[in-house]
Formats: sequence, C-alpha cells, structure tokens
Amino acid sequence: MTDNKKTTAFPLSFHLDVSDFVPAGENEKQSMVVMRESVSFWKDGLRRLRRNVLAMVSLVVIIIVMFFAFIAPAFFPYEYQQQIRGSENLYLMQYSETELARMEAGEKVFPHLLGTDSLGRDTLARIMMGSRISLLVGIVASAIILLFGSLYGAVAGYFGGKTDMVMMRIVDMIYTVPDILIIILLSVTLKFPLQRLAANVPGMAWINTVGVGLISIFIVFSLLYWVGMARIVRGQILSLKEQEYVIAARALGASHARIIRKHLLVNTIGTLIVTTTLQIPSSIFTESFLSFLGLGVSAPMPSLGSLAAQAIGGITSYPHRLLAPAITISLIILSFNLFGDGLRDAFDPKLKN
Amino acid sequence: MGVYIIKRLISGVITLIVVATMTFFLMFMVPGGPFLAEKALSPQTLQALESKYGLDKPVIVQYFNYMKHLAQGDLGTSLKQRGRDVNDIIRIGFPVSARIGLIAVTISLFFGISLGSMAAVKRGKLTDNIIMVIATAGIAVPSFVVATVLLFSFGVRLNLLPTVGLSTPLHYIMPVIALSLYPTAYISRLMRSSMLDVLGQDYMRTAKAKGLSWFVMLFKHALRNAVLPVVTYLGPLMAYIMTGSFVVERIFNIPGLGSKFISSITDRDYPLIMGTTIFLAFLIIFMNVIVDIVYKLVDPRIKFR
Repeated sequence: MTDNKKTTAFPLSFHLDVSDFVPAGENEKQSMVVMRESVSFWKDGLRRLRRNVLAMVSLVVIIIVMFFAFIAPAFFPYEYQQQIRGSENLYLMQYSETELARMEAGEKVFPHLLGTDSLGRDTLARIMMGSRISLLVGIVASAIILLFGSLYGAVAGYFGGKTDMVMMRIVDMIYTVPDILIIILLSVTLKFPLQRLAANVPGMAWINTVGVGLISIFIVFSLLYWVGMARIVRGQILSLKEQEYVIAARALGASHARIIRKHLLVNTIGTLIVTTTLQIPSSIFTESFLSFLGLGVSAPMPSLGSLAAQAIGGITSYPHRLLAPAITISLIILSFNLFGDGLRDAFDPKLKN
Repeated sequence: MGVYIIKRLISGVITLIVVATMTFFLMFMVPGGPFLAEKALSPQTLQALESKYGLDKPVIVQYFNYMKHLAQGDLGTSLKQRGRDVNDIIRIGFPVSARIGLIAVTISLFFGISLGSMAAVKRGKLTDNIIMVIATAGIAVPSFVVATVLLFSFGVRLNLLPTVGLSTPLHYIMPVIALSLYPTAYISRLMRSSMLDVLGQDYMRTAKAKGLSWFVMLFKHALRNAVLPVVTYLGPLMAYIMTGSFVVERIFNIPGLGSKFISSITDRDYPLIMGTTIFLAFLIIFMNVIVDIVYKLVDPRIKFR
C-alpha cells in the first residue's frame, strides 16, 4: 500500500507493475459496489405501509381508541360501575339538580358528556370500559388463534404425507362446524361448572370478573377459530420447506422443532401478522354480537354490544345511548379492517385478493 | 364424481354426529339435570319425570337413545312449553325465518354481484370508489347496529315503516335490509377482486379482438368465471344469515326460529336448545356440502378427489 511510485525504468519491459497488485483501499471498494443499500424486510414493508394514507389514518384511529379505552378511564372522574344518586337518565351535557347545586357552591363538576343511564352511571365512562373489553377480547382471542393456528399449520405442512392428511381432514371438519351455535351452547352449559369453580377453588375468582360468556368465547376461539390460520400457515410451510436452507439445517442435524421454529415460522411472519390483525375485528364482531344477545360479558361489566342492547328499550327518548356504542364499535372494526388491509398490501402482497 | 359426492356426504354426516355428541355431553354437564330449576318437585314426581324422559339411565344409554331418536328425526319434547315437540316448534318457526333468510340471500347475491362487477368494470372511477367506500363501511357495521338504527330512524322517528312482526310485505323491508347489508358488502368486495382478475385474462383480450359485443363479453365470458368465488361464499353466507336472524328477529319481534332459539336459552329449555342447535347445524353443514358439490360441478377446472 505504501509504495505508489511506478517502476518506469523500461517502458517495453515485461516486468509486471507491482502496484497493480496492491490490495484495494476502502474507497476503491466502495466505488465498485453497484447495489443500493440493502433494504430489510421490515424497512421495505414499513415504507410501503407509511405511504398508505388510509392505513395510517386507521392506525391513528386505533391508537386514539386504545388511549380512550385503556388510559383515559384512569383520569376520568366517573367509574363505569359508579351509580350517581339523583343523576339518573341525564341527557347529553346535562347536570342533575344536586350537581347544579354543587356548581352554585363553586365546586367544579365534570359534565356527563354523553349523559347517564337509568341507574345514574356515566355513559361515556361505560363506553370507555366497553371499548376496553371489546379490544381485549379481540386481541386475546387473536393471540390464541395465532398460537394454535400457526403451530398446527406448521406441523401439518412440515411433516406432510399421512400426518398432513389426517390433520387437514380434521381442519376441514372443524371448518364446517357452525361456530356461533357452539359458542352459544358453551356459554349456556359452562355457566354452572365455571361458577362452581369460581366459588369453590381459591384463586379462580377471576372467572366471575371476566364472565362466563367471555371465557366460553375464548374457549371456542381456541377450539374452532384457528382453522383458517392453520390452513394459511400450512400452505406457506409447504412451499418453504422445499427451500435449500431447510435441507442445510437438516443436514447440520437441527431437530424438527428447531427447523419449524427458527426457519419456517420465522419466514411466514408477514402472513402471521396480517392474518392476526384481520382476525381482531372479526373477534370483536363476534363478541359484540353475543353480548348484544346477553351471552357475552356479565352484568356490571359493560361491552359495546351489551350497551347497545340495553339502549334499545329507551331508543325513543335516548337515541344517543344506542348511537354512541354503535358508532364506537363500527369505528373500531372499520379501522382494524383498513389497517389490516394496509398491512397485507405492505408485508404480504401475495395474499391480496 | 359419484365417489366425491359420497365422500362429501359421509364427512358431512360425521361432522353432524360430532356436533350432536358435543351438544349432548355439554347439556349433560349442566348439574342437577334439566328439572332442577322447576320449583318444589316432590322426589316421586322428579323420579317419574326422570324415568319418563329416560334420565335415570346411565349416560351411555341415554346418549344412544338420544342418537337413535335423532336418526329418526325426533328432537324430543320442550320442557317449558309442556307437551310440545321440538319438531313442532321448529316446524312453526323455521318457515318464517327461512322466508326472511331467502329474501336476504337473494338480495345480497343480486346487489353484491352487480355492484361488485360494476366497481370492477369502472375500476378507479368515481363509481368504483363510491361502491368500495360503502362496501368497506358495510363490512364494519354489525347487523344489530343496522337493525336498531333502521328501527330508530324509519320506524320511530319518521314513522314510515312498521316495526313489529311480519304481517305485510312492508314489514319485511327493515329486517331484510338489516340482514343483507353485511353479505352484500362482502360479496361486492369479493366480486370486484375476482372480476378484476378475470378482466385481465388472455381470453378477455381474445374476446375483444374478435369483436364480441360488450354485453356478450361481460355476461358470457367475464361474469360466469368471476362468480365462482361467490359460490364458495354461499356456505358461510347461509350460516351468517341464520345467526344474524337471532338478533334481527329479536329486535323486530319476529316469531321465527332465531328468536325462539334465543328465548329457549334465557328459559334454559335444554331439549329446545339442543334440538334447535342440531337442526341449524344440520342445515349449515349440508348447505356446505351442497355448495362444495355445486362448486365442483360449475367449475370443470377443479378435479374431483
């Protein structure tokens, strides 16, 4: 590198020019690189996602709703189960007489932005709690589905042959079982055993707070709903397992479990994210449907579906009690759908259609 | 072909047996038996009732008894409505639900297919955008929201449409709209994407090149191929309409099978719950079998397995 002087003694000499064989410097190497800086899978997807205005707007809406559901209730002056005496059936922004008197006395009273219900509970506080329940159901159920579906699909696809055939016939059969019927049936029949469990076994009291309806929804989701996910994952694994790196991993003595975890599932991550995101709104949809029928969350706990159901009785005088949860739930489902579509276009363009 | 149909039928029957077994054992898990809720029954009466319904026998015997009756199409007797067979209740309630359901299916197929194709043909234009915005919103709104908002605006505020029961054709308007909005939106999205797929095929270019009219191209070549994914959606569609009827019938006070099913749950009328579940499961499962067979029939590219 140091001797850069050319040996110019004999112009016609066959002596090799030693400086031609000096290792290239960093700058020289840089100038030879014709490729762009490599863009990772995530960067590429995120860039495409960021350009999708609709998906970004939905993401903002989701974040706002999440804030509204999980953080705002902590600062909100009214609790969802708090019954304020004398403030029953208030209209939008209305104050009760006692509250007016307190305001006269110079006290600050937080307005009931969306009024109160027939038991004097603040509607806005109940809607915030209801959104929290709906979102939790959507997210927990999708997580269960993700876990079951991806593992089942991966095992079926990886081992192939007879295993695959038996496993996929089971999936086909579960696919045709009418899910809503089974959920309704389970929430009816599991009520007594679960209540007994909550009463007799210490540490199981959480069952009552979560509600038998919700638990049966989760049970059914983990029993039935994972089949869609399993089918999609299996399809991907079938083509992935023919890749050379899987053969290499096997030749190096990797176990089946390791190949599935480290080589196959990791490569379906785009599909997994997209399918899970799109599963969230459909789980919320199911939950609100069941709560509307009175089969979801149990009494003091509100859910957007049960809030709407309770509002039907007073629909003529208090339409906002119905419209508020109805709009909230539609907004949640819509923004998750649009965001999921955006994720799919960004991370998994092959899944389109 | 024949082999395929038989295979599909057998798997349908197996699914149904699984559902029936599951239903039976779930109902059996309810402690104290179905007569527990009845107030002040003397031990003798209880015993008499139990032996009458065969509840004093071992589970396995009961199970096989139940399955035997089921195979003969006998769904048992309602507990709360004394002396009425579950079959009877279904026979009265089902036609009402089926009428609304069929109208809703027809309407959602018609509007879904035509709106979806229209959006695909006018891709990127204003028509496409409007249809897709409506369809995207339609998928996000649960049927109970549609039903209650309709009830409030047209039934209560504007007082244009009757809100309770099914006595005149006018009564059908709101329940049918509430039931068919979601499937219409879903089908139009499905139809749009498959139509776009078909419109980009080589045979469409060939059709255009040989000078076929726009009408023949669209209806004879494009639509017939593009409608195939919609056929696969028919099974889920039936299931959706059936479960959707639970909510819609309750909101509009329609005496159909859906509202009967929901009230049987609040009444804890176990034989009625079981019977209705199995009946509805039967309908959904066999619709799926028929749809699968039809799908293979209309699309010769799919090989029978």
